[in-house]
Amino acid sequence: MSVAEQTLPTEQAGRRRCASLLAVATTDELRAAWDALKDKPETKPVRGPETGLVMVRGRIGGGGSPFNLGEATVTRATIALASGTVGHAQALGTDKQKAKLAAIFDALWQEDATRDHVENVLLAPIEHRVATENRAKAEETAATRVDFFTMVRGED
Amino acid sequence: MYVAVKGGEAAISNAHRLLADRRRGDRSLPSVTIDQIAEQLGLAVDRVMAEASLYDRSLAALAVRQSRGDLIEAIFLLRAYRTTLPRFGNSVPLDTAEMQVERRVSATYKDLPGGQLLGPTFDYTHRLLDPSLLSDEAVEEPARREAGGEEIMRVSDILAHEGLIEADGELPQDHQAGDLTREPMEFPMGRDLRLQALARGDEGFLLALGYSTQRGYGRNHPFVGEIRIGEVEVEMEIPELGFAVSLGHIRVTECHMVNQFKGSSKAPPQFTRGYGLVFGQSERKAMSMSLVDRALRAEELGEDVTAPAQDEEFVISHSDNVQATGFVEHLKLPHYVDFQAELAMVRKMRADIEAARTADRGETVMKDAAE
Repeated sequence: MSVAEQTLPTEQAGRRRCASLLAVATTDELRAAWDALKDKPETKPVRGPETGLVMVRGRIGGGGSPFNLGEATVTRATIALASGTVGHAQALGTDKQKAKLAAIFDALWQEDATRDHVENVLLAPIEHRVATENRAKAEETAATRVDFFTMVRGED
Repeated sequence: MYVAVKGGEAAISNAHRLLADRRRGDRSLPSVTIDQIAEQLGLAVDRVMAEASLYDRSLAALAVRQSRGDLIEAIFLLRAYRTTLPRFGNSVPLDTAEMQVERRVSATYKDLPGGQLLGPTFDYTHRLLDPSLLSDEAVEEPARREAGGEEIMRVSDILAHEGLIEADGELPQDHQAGDLTREPMEFPMGRDLRLQALARGDEGFLLALGYSTQRGYGRNHPFVGEIRIGEVEVEMEIPELGFAVSLGHIRVTECHMVNQFKGSSKAPPQFTRGYGLVFGQSERKAMSMSLVDRALRAEELGEDVTAPAQDEEFVISHSDNVQATGFVEHLKLPHYVDFQAELAMVRKMRADIEAARTADRGETVMKDAAE
């Protein structure tokens, strides 16, 4: 296996993680991270931001053949940095400002000089917030779990 | 015959102005915000998203507000909006096994991996009006308990281990999932298309049909294998990246109905299944959908088609409430000319009958006189 083949999945996993965190970022989180940038990069819009639809698919019986469940709004944007690095963003909803900022951070994450800033100021806090929210939801649900007990009837 | 008639612009304009006034209601009361509707009337918002077949909480809340709470009108508004947007692509099929579960109950197994998780349910409430909601009393925070992290196993997988239940539902390998928003409907249709139609179908209509199967019109002996509600990740392939990325999460309700078994001389008996999957939190709709899905499989499973819920063309052609309301409500639009024609015809028929009677009577009088 070549080095490229070995590194590719890691790079891809990193990009996927970055994209999924940017998709659940709030516009406020993105704006705060942008304001915290010392050198604001020059960006060129390549596409969008634009709102469209994604056809959400389910599977028959949960795991069988796909079927079309219904659509969801999605907003995407693509920007380019002066260096030529291209950033993409796509998230459910209709927030164009969010898509544009997320695309910029997707590009900045790919640049060695700014990756740490994106990680520390934006992605890590989002990851922490989402984990906290998910834990809270899981614990609230767990509190509604039924603990069955058997009533002993009759003698003995 | 259709004839263009002018006039009424001022009346229409003033009617819409009056509608806006009535929608706002008493100005001394604060007006409801979109966030308030999305947060506090969340299940109405969910229903609008499900039946409009468009997942967007804010837009659905806006539609509820604009329609004064008329949910079919809200569904219509959201359906109309979706036609203005381009489609970027299809999602990767949702993986409901990976759901962040907020509720999960099974009526077939008491103790099962993951347990019975009641979640935010109306079940076991006494359905007594709560006077505390007349005012704005503080509501306590939910209770918490450490989550075990135990896998919430599907009931169908438990049964599948013993081969006691049919598989999830595989269509032929080369089958492309049909899309009724793109191609006209044709009958008979595949189960994939039926599920798409049922997922956007009217909750009341599907509820009534599901109920009819329980009352004996196409009985299929259902058990709720499992209902689960929670958030699932939506992923889409991004051509520029060459792999799928997450777009965020949506809440869905899934129902696995376990139904009466089927077997033959070749295959030992197995439980059959009906499936329901709906946007948002709506187990009534998901349960109804799975009952109707199972009923509509009658022919596939070699059952006699005797009841309305088993009649695919009947069910699917009438399940869409936007279509239904369009055709029913169009009756109130001007039909002046059609009606004039009918009126003239009835008058002529009556006149003809009257004339014939008079002639008859004349003849009788003449006959009597002659005798």
